[in-house]
Amino acid sequence: MLLVICCGALLTAETGVAGGAIGRTIGVACSACHGPRGMSEGAIPSIHGLPAKQIESAMRAYRSGKRPGTIMNRIAKGYTDNQIAAIAQYFANLKP
Amino acid sequence: MFSPPLSRRVFLKSLGAAGLALLAQSRARGALTRGRVVVIGGGFGGATAAKYVRLFDPWIEVTLVEPKRSYVTCPASNWVLGGLRDLPSITQTYAGLARHGVRLIHDTATVIEPGERQIRLKGGAILSYDRLIVSPGIDFRWQAIEGYSAQTRMALPHAWRAGRQTRLLREQLVAMRDGGTVIITAPQTPYRCPPGPYERASVIAQYLKANKPKSKVLILDAKTAFTKQELFIAGWEKLYGYGSDDSLIEWVSGPDGQVRAVDARTKTAIAGPLEEKYKGDVLNVIPPQMAGFIARDAGLADQSGWCPIDHKTCESALQRGIHVIGDAAIHDPMPKSAYVANSQAKVCADAVVALLNGRTPGEPSWINTCYSLVGSEYGISIADVYALNARGVVESMPGAGGVSATDANHALEAAYAKSWYTNIVNDTFA
Repeated sequence: MLLVICCGALLTAETGVAGGAIGRTIGVACSACHGPRGMSEGAIPSIHGLPAKQIESAMRAYRSGKRPGTIMNRIAKGYTDNQIAAIAQYFANLKP
Repeated sequence: MFSPPLSRRVFLKSLGAAGLALLAQSRARGALTRGRVVVIGGGFGGATAAKYVRLFDPWIEVTLVEPKRSYVTCPASNWVLGGLRDLPSITQTYAGLARHGVRLIHDTATVIEPGERQIRLKGGAILSYDRLIVSPGIDFRWQAIEGYSAQTRMALPHAWRAGRQTRLLREQLVAMRDGGTVIITAPQTPYRCPPGPYERASVIAQYLKANKPKSKVLILDAKTAFTKQELFIAGWEKLYGYGSDDSLIEWVSGPDGQVRAVDARTKTAIAGPLEEKYKGDVLNVIPPQMAGFIARDAGLADQSGWCPIDHKTCESALQRGIHVIGDAAIHDPMPKSAYVANSQAKVCADAVVALLNGRTPGEPSWINTCYSLVGSEYGISIADVYALNARGVVESMPGAGGVSATDANHALEAAYAKSWYTNIVNDTFA
């Protein structure tokens, strides 16, 4: 029994991260402003657990200029459609 | 209901070659671990790296070596100088890192021995590592300005490492007479926190305007331009009469602004080719800088005094198995900021975890955002998104990032700046 547990634990910790490696890599970069795991204090909004569609459409709207922003419009322009989809999956699926 | 244990053959096969090697290593050490990471330095770089290695792989042992038991952040220290908040409110502890399973050693790393993969501490202990992350911050080039040294830094605080220096400078500002001059000397690049001197001038000007309105801030600047310059000046014009006879802020730039010598007794700065004398009531010297001592001593720095690294993994270009992050590292075009240190630390943690698991590090991604308060309700920002280009060098994504719009909502940016501070501190230390 112990052997089974150890085997599972020793397998890579990366398996099962929604948004894959790139979703997590970009997602954790967002934490500096949006807080650890996207949980913010103060004026910057939390993004933890928001629906993926909401995050994705917000980022695309910031990127195109359709949605006015103070700073997210500048930042969203740095990401491709695939990256935005990955970020959305990452934050939408973070456990509480 | 128990499932039958896996056969030994299936178990070992599932580990793979790297897993087997690590299992053998850890069995030799008598502990089940994927490897040992030692982190030198508990600032935004080191603390973030230590925490995120643990988050990415709890099977990796992480030890953080940091002499201080609490950490006063440079970000928001300007706000303390301006009287917007107090020192305890910007002081962080390491309890959060301990909760993530980081082993804390409050001691000073004195020697790195790359050949033996170990470091020595002042207290006598020796720590072995599989991967070493060095985040030592900056040291000052004491010889760069005549009359400025470790001895005169109490009379002429730099406050470019926060804590006691911040308190000293704030006390001097509070004690200054109305009608006095606060001189800030700004160095040539590269230095920690490019907008720092100008945010400092701004919040001090705000304090003076409210409390000692006949006073002035004089910036003696070795540079002819600075980051977010247009935005700062627009804010100074609006808030502090910049450009008028009554301006609270003056900026002397370029060769005329290059400070060559200071006199601690008279608080005089001597600048420019004609050696013009500027007498202040408070003289804040921000000296030229270089990588923290331990990095230079270990052969991690080059002629510039800063540490060249592989941008993808942060591994030193000069010593294998050692990663350098934060202000000490050369990572142009990313500036030397706490935000970049935090962003880099996560990329480094991801790479170190991959390497210890026998995997190739994944595609990195970084962000920088610098918020500055021109006034307590007037914020400005510059942002950038970075990626690795085809040559393996970090570069700013074209078309992305940039400075606040001229008609930006500066009150909202100020609110975001304060929220950002709380969030990055939580992200790094909590």
